[in-house]
Amino acid sequence: MKKLFTRGVIRVSALAACCAVGAMMAGTASAKDSIKVGVVTFLTGPAAGPFGVPGKNGAELVIDAINAGTLPAPHNSKGFGGATMEPVFIDEAGGGAKQVAEYRNLVEKQNVDAVIGYISSGSCMAIAPVADELQKLTIMSVCGTPRLFEEKPRSHVFRTQGNAVGDSIAAARYMVEMFPKMKSYTGINQNYAWGQDSWKFYDLAMKKLDPASQASDKPQFPKIFSGQYSAEISTMLLDKAPVVHTSFWDGDIEAFMLQGLVRGFFQQKKLVSVVGGSAVDSLGKKFPDGVVLGTRGKYGLLVREDMSDPLNAWFVTEYKKRYDVYPLGPSYQYAKAILYYKLGMDKAAKAAGGSPNQDQVMSALKNMKFNSFDGEVSMSLGEGRQAVHPVGYGITKWNAKKGEPGIEKVKYYGAECINPPAGTLSEDWLNQGMPGAKCN
Amino acid sequence: MLAQVLTIILDGLNYASFLFIVSVGLTIVFGVLKILNVAHGAFYAWGAYAAAYAITQASELGYPDWIGFLLIFAASIIVGLVLGSIIERLILRKMYAQDEVLIALATFGLFLVLEDIILVVFGVDPYFAYQPMAVLGNVVIGGVFRDVYSLTLFALAVVVAVGCWWALTKTKWGKLIAVVIYDREISQAMGINVSAVYLIVFIVGAMLGALGGAYVAPTTSVAPGFGIDVIVLSFAVVVIGGMGSIPGALIGSVMVGVLRAIAVHQFPELELFVVFAVMAGVLIIRPEGLFAPPKARTI
Repeated sequence: MKKLFTRGVIRVSALAACCAVGAMMAGTASAKDSIKVGVVTFLTGPAAGPFGVPGKNGAELVIDAINAGTLPAPHNSKGFGGATMEPVFIDEAGGGAKQVAEYRNLVEKQNVDAVIGYISSGSCMAIAPVADELQKLTIMSVCGTPRLFEEKPRSHVFRTQGNAVGDSIAAARYMVEMFPKMKSYTGINQNYAWGQDSWKFYDLAMKKLDPASQASDKPQFPKIFSGQYSAEISTMLLDKAPVVHTSFWDGDIEAFMLQGLVRGFFQQKKLVSVVGGSAVDSLGKKFPDGVVLGTRGKYGLLVREDMSDPLNAWFVTEYKKRYDVYPLGPSYQYAKAILYYKLGMDKAAKAAGGSPNQDQVMSALKNMKFNSFDGEVSMSLGEGRQAVHPVGYGITKWNAKKGEPGIEKVKYYGAECINPPAGTLSEDWLNQGMPGAKCN
Repeated sequence: MLAQVLTIILDGLNYASFLFIVSVGLTIVFGVLKILNVAHGAFYAWGAYAAAYAITQASELGYPDWIGFLLIFAASIIVGLVLGSIIERLILRKMYAQDEVLIALATFGLFLVLEDIILVVFGVDPYFAYQPMAVLGNVVIGGVFRDVYSLTLFALAVVVAVGCWWALTKTKWGKLIAVVIYDREISQAMGINVSAVYLIVFIVGAMLGALGGAYVAPTTSVAPGFGIDVIVLSFAVVVIGGMGSIPGALIGSVMVGVLRAIAVHQFPELELFVVFAVMAGVLIIRPEGLFAPPKARTI
């Protein structure tokens, strides 16, 4: 009996010891020197050149600087909570179903610690429910549809880029201030979440800011990446509206510009381009003067001459040194998402006194305010998961002296001027006339 | 009102011209070789890249802008000759005895490979070869500025259509092709070099696909994935007109082009729907397409 008891004690002890070792090993696993993060961006397809590759470059530049501890203060601590990041770059091309498969592979087979990226709103809407299902921290970097957080609450998804609402309201405010006599407008936007939302919120904002303004009854919604806009250009040329709103991005904005240029489109219409910054450099002197241009934040052409912010100065200088071109909007957006993850890891690691677990990182990320390469960012919407930040617009003018694209009459609109307060749906806020908007 | 009707017609014909030039190569290859050639989209993309690259290089070297027109045709011929002959001789020739579905899958694989080779050769950055379009300027028709380059696309489509009709009905080669289409084995037994006919037809089809891409290149941003959408549109046109029918491709292109232009001008929200609604409608009424001869059902 005593023998049996002794054996039992030994077995229980052995089991307990195994559990303890297991727990220690689990603890050791989280206390690793390196972390693996999936970084998703367009590496092929028409969005790769103007968006995907600049985004990847921005991410690589900042990951290397953080790993080496060479970012400017106050972000100059080494690593992500002390750990070195190993990025796994994944191609975003191929549509939502492919992206979901790639995401599952990243999480379930490659065991990444987090996923950062996504440019297309279609990708973001496909990935968000899967991220919540698989309970993997996912920081979306570029996509703009407000539906991401307004359709349902998210548990594991964050977004460091302001949504289409802020971009559209800023565009409408700029047009009302700068071109008050241009009362009617039409639009050409891609036929999916981003394009439809951009038009909807620009239209709503214009109606509220200038009740005398009038939208065309034939706004155009061509298929994304269609590349041929002859009929759409004709329709808009026949339309009496002097203003044309577009949220075209990737190769579509460049194709539209080329086809419009030769048809005298930009002499007859005032184009408001929410995100045409990528085409400014690729088209160079062919990019028409007089376009009202935004970059969805303080990015790209708007700030490349502004060296007053040390983070922006570092980013522009180092990016140009490494890639021999100026950073574009997506370069900033990916760099910002990476920096945000670092700050969350650092904060959580400090609170945990060691390597943090995912829940600790997520609670550090929620409601964070931080200074990024584009200025102050506040994670104040979507229950602390959706960023707001200022958005600027200006008017393109070729800089003949420097022989490069230029911009003038730049105006910035603060985050609280162009975004609804927390807990309010964007459309409701706009329909109510944007109560409480704080515009200086 | 009249200006708008004229504009819709011109927009429709412009799009129809583009569709016809691309889809006629696809339908010729299907008509003769009985191959559903998905790689046709890659010929289009390769033509666009080759032309865009050549035009931008010529521009940088200081050649006059009109040289771009020569380069467009040179690029189409070279791409068609090189890719067409390599693919037909090294791959398709070994597969003619296989099931049609297998051959279609093989061409789909080829399409993906050729698209990836584009990334390796030309990179991911877009090419802008606007010089031929810019040099021709614009003209006002119906109160709307139109680029003259798009009007030349219409002329090119007419030349291609007339050229195909002449080659197939008035030349010895056309008669040989008609015989081979009718019965490959009897043609061979009568001493016709069927392999040579197949090779030449495939190269011509590839050249036409490349010509479509090369001619469109100056109007747009030539970027990775350039050939994906066009192959879907081409299939729609070919199915509407009837697989293997050149008049069918012509009528299918005009139908799709004009109806799409009407949709863009009057019901923009239906633009995406129109092309495939026409295809579905035609398939319901005439499953073999508008111009393909009905086939007896075999058991």
